[in-house]
Amino acid sequence: MHIPDGYLGPATCGIFYAIMLPIWTAASRIVKKTLKARQVPLLAIGAAFSFVIMMFNVPIPGGSTGHAVGGVLVAILLGPWAASIAITVALVVQALLFGDGGITAIGANCFNMAFVLPFTGYYVYKAISYNASADSSRRMLAAGAAGYIGINVAAFLAGVEFGLQPLLCHTANGQALYCPYGLKIAVPAMAGEHLLIFGWVEAVVTALVVKYLQKEAPEVIEEGGM
Amino acid sequence: MKITTKLWIGLAILIVLSPLGLLLPDHFKAGDAWGEWGTDTIKELVGYIPRGLEKLSSLWSAPIPDYAFRGWEEKGLPRLSFSYIISAVVGITATVIVVLLIGKILAKKDD
Repeated sequence: MHIPDGYLGPATCGIFYAIMLPIWTAASRIVKKTLKARQVPLLAIGAAFSFVIMMFNVPIPGGSTGHAVGGVLVAILLGPWAASIAITVALVVQALLFGDGGITAIGANCFNMAFVLPFTGYYVYKAISYNASADSSRRMLAAGAAGYIGINVAAFLAGVEFGLQPLLCHTANGQALYCPYGLKIAVPAMAGEHLLIFGWVEAVVTALVVKYLQKEAPEVIEEGGM
Repeated sequence: MKITTKLWIGLAILIVLSPLGLLLPDHFKAGDAWGEWGTDTIKELVGYIPRGLEKLSSLWSAPIPDYAFRGWEEKGLPRLSFSYIISAVVGITATVIVVLLIGKILAKKDD
């Protein structure tokens, strides 16, 4: 889901930077009010977890690959705004040091994976785990569902962003200037592979870590806001 | 043991296991992620390289492109796995330092 340089036209890239700027600003303002100094190590661990879990490319035999983002987990433990900051840092490091995701696409990639994904996941988790005790298995299931839905909404949007490019930018004879695939190909491809495979990876990873924390450190689950 | 210590250990295990993210796709002959093809692959897929894409795709040259040391791309899976692990260490170190700095600036001292 890391859109590289060259797949989105300049206008799309600019719009997503413009959308993300106020989100990043709001995230810093809100995290400043809510994040406690002793939660900072957990935020760093969350960002590191997101970074490394994205390196676990899962193959579709003979086809493409994909991976979990780990961002819904961070949102569950520290809230969506803190998660947004943590995932943004992981994505920027990936783009700058490893060329994973484009520099011009940082706005779009952060919108998908550092904004839509943690916020969607967080509210799904809140809704399903409403009133559940810290150790309840409904909480683990909520985490899995949140992971699945969070990454799928993000992947769908990435598909839309890819798919709009041939409409927005093409030469006089109809050749695309950026992503050559339109909505009819990009959206089913991105949405389909995440609905079928990668969404389940995010679901399992999120649910397993929440289950582990329920057993080993229920206070972390409680502090995540019940 | 503190829970954060346990989680750091978990991260270290993930770093060591990270080459699975390289070896499994290789084993199952899976290619690039959708929409993350290089220009050669694009040309094979659609018959031409979109002009804007060609220009922008070389905009940034990352120090460790695709988690592989420069010049090691063709040196086989063991070395690629090694550079993958080093990349994970480098990437996580950078990520953690930046988040700790942001946390230091933002987080409330009184607790």
